Amino acid sequence: MYQTTYHRPSSVDEAASLFAKGSDAKYLAGGHTLIPVMKQRLASPSDVIDLGKIKELIGIEPTGDGIMIKAATTHSDVASSDTVKKAIPALAYLASLIGDPAVRHRGTIGGSLANNDPAADYPAAVLALGATVKTNKRSISADDFFKGLFTTALEDGEIITAVSFPVQAKAGYSKFNHPASRFALTGVFVAKTPAGDVRVAATGASQDGVMRVPAIEAALKANWSAGAIDGVKISADGLMSDIHGTSDYRANLIKVMAQRAVTAAG
Amino acid sequence: MGVEGIGASVVRKEDRRFITGKGRYVDDIKLVGMTHAHFVRSPHAHAKIKSVDTSEAIKMPGVVGVLTGQQIVDDKIGNLICGWAITSKDGTGMKMGAWPAMAPETVRFVGQAVAVVIAETKNQARDAAEAVVVSYEELPAVPDIRAAIKPGAPQLHPEAPGNVIYDWTIGDEGATDAAFKSAANIVSLDITNNRLVPNAMEPRAAIAEYNEPEEHFTLYTTSQNPHVARLVLSAFYNIAQEHKLRVVAPDVGGGFGSKIFIYPEEMVALWASKKVGRPVKWTGDRTEAFLTDAHGRDHLTKAEMAFDKDNKVTGLRVKTYANLGAYMSLFSSSVPTYLYATLLSGQYNIPNIFAEVISVYTNTVPVDAYRGAGRPEASFVVERLMETAARQLKVDPAELRRKNFITQFPHQTPVIMAYDIGDFNASLDAAMKAIDYAGFAGRKAKAKSEGKLRGIGISCYIEACGIAPSKAVGSLGAGVGLWESAEVRVNPVGTIEVLTGSHSHGQGHETSFCQLVAERLGIPISQVQIVHGDTDKVQFGMGTYGSRSAAVGLTAILKAMEKVEAKAKKIAAHQLEASENDIVIENGEFKVTGTDKSIALPMVALAAYTAHNLPDGMEPGLKEGAFYDPTNFTFPAGAYICEMEVDAGTGKTSFVNFVAADDFGRLINPMIVEGQVHGGLAQGIGQALLEGVVYDASGQLVTASFMDYTMPRADDLPSFKLSHTTTLCPGNPLGVKGCGEAGAIGASAAVINAITDAIGNNNLEMPATPDRVWHAIHGNA
Repeated sequence: MYQTTYHRPSSVDEAASLFAKGSDAKYLAGGHTLIPVMKQRLASPSDVIDLGKIKELIGIEPTGDGIMIKAATTHSDVASSDTVKKAIPALAYLASLIGDPAVRHRGTIGGSLANNDPAADYPAAVLALGATVKTNKRSISADDFFKGLFTTALEDGEIITAVSFPVQAKAGYSKFNHPASRFALTGVFVAKTPAGDVRVAATGASQDGVMRVPAIEAALKANWSAGAIDGVKISADGLMSDIHGTSDYRANLIKVMAQRAVTAAG
Repeated sequence: MGVEGIGASVVRKEDRRFITGKGRYVDDIKLVGMTHAHFVRSPHAHAKIKSVDTSEAIKMPGVVGVLTGQQIVDDKIGNLICGWAITSKDGTGMKMGAWPAMAPETVRFVGQAVAVVIAETKNQARDAAEAVVVSYEELPAVPDIRAAIKPGAPQLHPEAPGNVIYDWTIGDEGATDAAFKSAANIVSLDITNNRLVPNAMEPRAAIAEYNEPEEHFTLYTTSQNPHVARLVLSAFYNIAQEHKLRVVAPDVGGGFGSKIFIYPEEMVALWASKKVGRPVKWTGDRTEAFLTDAHGRDHLTKAEMAFDKDNKVTGLRVKTYANLGAYMSLFSSSVPTYLYATLLSGQYNIPNIFAEVISVYTNTVPVDAYRGAGRPEASFVVERLMETAARQLKVDPAELRRKNFITQFPHQTPVIMAYDIGDFNASLDAAMKAIDYAGFAGRKAKAKSEGKLRGIGISCYIEACGIAPSKAVGSLGAGVGLWESAEVRVNPVGTIEVLTGSHSHGQGHETSFCQLVAERLGIPISQVQIVHGDTDKVQFGMGTYGSRSAAVGLTAILKAMEKVEAKAKKIAAHQLEASENDIVIENGEFKVTGTDKSIALPMVALAAYTAHNLPDGMEPGLKEGAFYDPTNFTFPAGAYICEMEVDAGTGKTSFVNFVAADDFGRLINPMIVEGQVHGGLAQGIGQALLEGVVYDASGQLVTASFMDYTMPRADDLPSFKLSHTTTLCPGNPLGVKGCGEAGAIGASAAVINAITDAIGNNNLEMPATPDRVWHAIHGNA
């Protein structure tokens, strides 16, 4: 690791102003991506600004039509939250599958979304649930937030402060673990809104990161059942292919995970 | 037997320090004036070094020296050696290319050391290493066996045309061919034995200190065999003389073979400590471990088995290509030859065997012994063939094995080994009973009705351990003898130190070796201390690998104990005014049989050291040493059966049951044995399902971290059901055979046999990832 200056601001405004002052500053959340990259000397930020101790960024609150999870809330806290379990149990379940216990006690929802790893779990939930990402500057809808591999709508220095999730009629998540990293080799989140709209998002599969799966959405909208997906064809084009999963295998996983997510959603 | 004697599951003495963080590993050692080394490593798999510019690096803060491969050459530091000579079928020797500790002209694998920076701190060394400018001219790389043997393939070493190191054969080719000609049935199989990273928990490390006035070196290093390290470092590398070099291997956190070898980093640390006049420490990080620890296995094999009309095996023909990487590591040549092809008879009576092994260079890190070393590869070939044959011949796989089991001992195989004893039916019986083999068909049908694919797989392995009779291995090309030494020191107050040339790096010797002393003398193990891992304390030893510590190392201790007991009895008899023939040792006392006269061990010891009243002519003291050279290998064997279920939708496999019935001869500490089997099974299952090294076409290591290289975790493994069937080894007085490698040797074939049974497709490579299993079920979409 190269030398860097570590900051622990106590407010979002202080964090943003520290970022503006740094020549090449980085925000630190759970640190699961940034710290290993720094240890390998592949990143050398001038300043590391730790968002993890900012009180206004921690907590889970019910809202009128759902819940709001503040950005520095850990996966463990989401997984064990009664508020989340009651409102959107599939979301608590998803959080319980991330990494391992050590990861879940340090990793945060804001960090995961800002990083937008193509195999991270949370993007699937945010996209399928039609969540809203709130920052220190604005609100961004899920459909506008994810912009491809490790890329988001966030501007330089912009901080995610919270994510709002609307309650669904049905929601389910099914994940097939990457055997080594325990990211999603492919994970599929399915959701049906109270109005009957269906949104399906897959993570770990596409070369462009998290994606909606329109063919499955259409099939489920017509008939919310695992069997409705039987006849759906998923193309392997544009899907990732590596030593742990070829693109045709991932195409199969999208379908199978979607079916299991529907079964889990009930 | 006392409560802590042979056969007792005594809790491991050493664990208290390990689990409280009080172990003392190389990296925990800090010497006064110590500097830190960081290596500049090749980013290319194959390249010419055009220039190495160290001028900026040497000016960096804290830097005390920058040393290059050219300086290694200039100082006439010897090239790394290979300690086992293999002769090709045409009578020529191995075609061995030079391996300098740091590359002066050419790099041949990603991670090969080119230069080293020595600085006050590790970070300063790392900073300066980035300022070393190496100019490379990239050359085409050979990333695997297939690329290496292609006509016109890029050449790694001028000494090895076609990248072939040797083309070696064993067995009678003509007789084997004849057996195939007259066979009623022939079964053949193409097998890839996947390449593995050993991944010991503690990365390799070294600290070298040079005492200039004494011209004496001390090397602290992560070694499984510090005496072998001292011998090789002094005899071949022109760094230090043997009597001026102390090698200490303190607590070592796992080896699995990878810490047998002497690596460039230890050589460079020693050499550099004299160059810079300061102690030099190098601790590898996990990335360096992936890139530079010798990998394991990596074979491509075509194997065929001939059967007569009664389903008796009449012949076995095997052709194997073995990847030895870019250079020949210390025992690399022996692993795919004498440690592999000599076990191809398995547990079976096979009258004709012929094997050809062609070892090749590739632009990858050297490959050498890894837990099992050759024997897992052999067992996998034989047990996959047996299973395949049973399916092809439409007979029960257990029955086919029984029909061909060796039942008479000793048994001379056609491939050197003479099995001394065993009862293969007994272990197969035990395993079949444990897994309820008879009930499998019903369970499979029930699983099918629930939409699941279920399979069962048998693996009946045999291995050759306790390497080995020195004369025998010498005649096969080994550069060393493979005996073991021990010394038993009874202190004046009766406590005992046992010095052994074996080295414990997780095996629990500090407990199990004490149990022998407890057994012999009837004293608690707390009165006994095992001393190992320091060439200044232990005179000589060959170290720990090949499941040899109990069979060879412990037997040496027994021989020394017998001498100590004989002398102590003489002293006791003298003190008690009795005949030494009437003295028996019980509960730490020397008793005159049939009387109530006795003298306690501490009083005997005290008498030995005060020497006030010893038998006439007896030397004072109570300390004896012994060397033990075994007369044969030992042959642990067993039967593993695995029942698995496959999710056809995803290709995910899961264990229903895994049973292991092993014959290790006498068990010293059953709990430690159980731990060894569990660890071995985890690595065998890891090879079958999870682990696999991948280099890309340019020779870059794709699986260079735990994010891509899948290590087995607790939730990947079932709860194993272990049992033992015992035939005592006749080759050593304790009757022990060895247990360290069995799990890794037998497990992988059982797993693959089970999965292929479940999915009805025998074509499945290791690691059997969900992707591969799914494709094996559904074909390529």
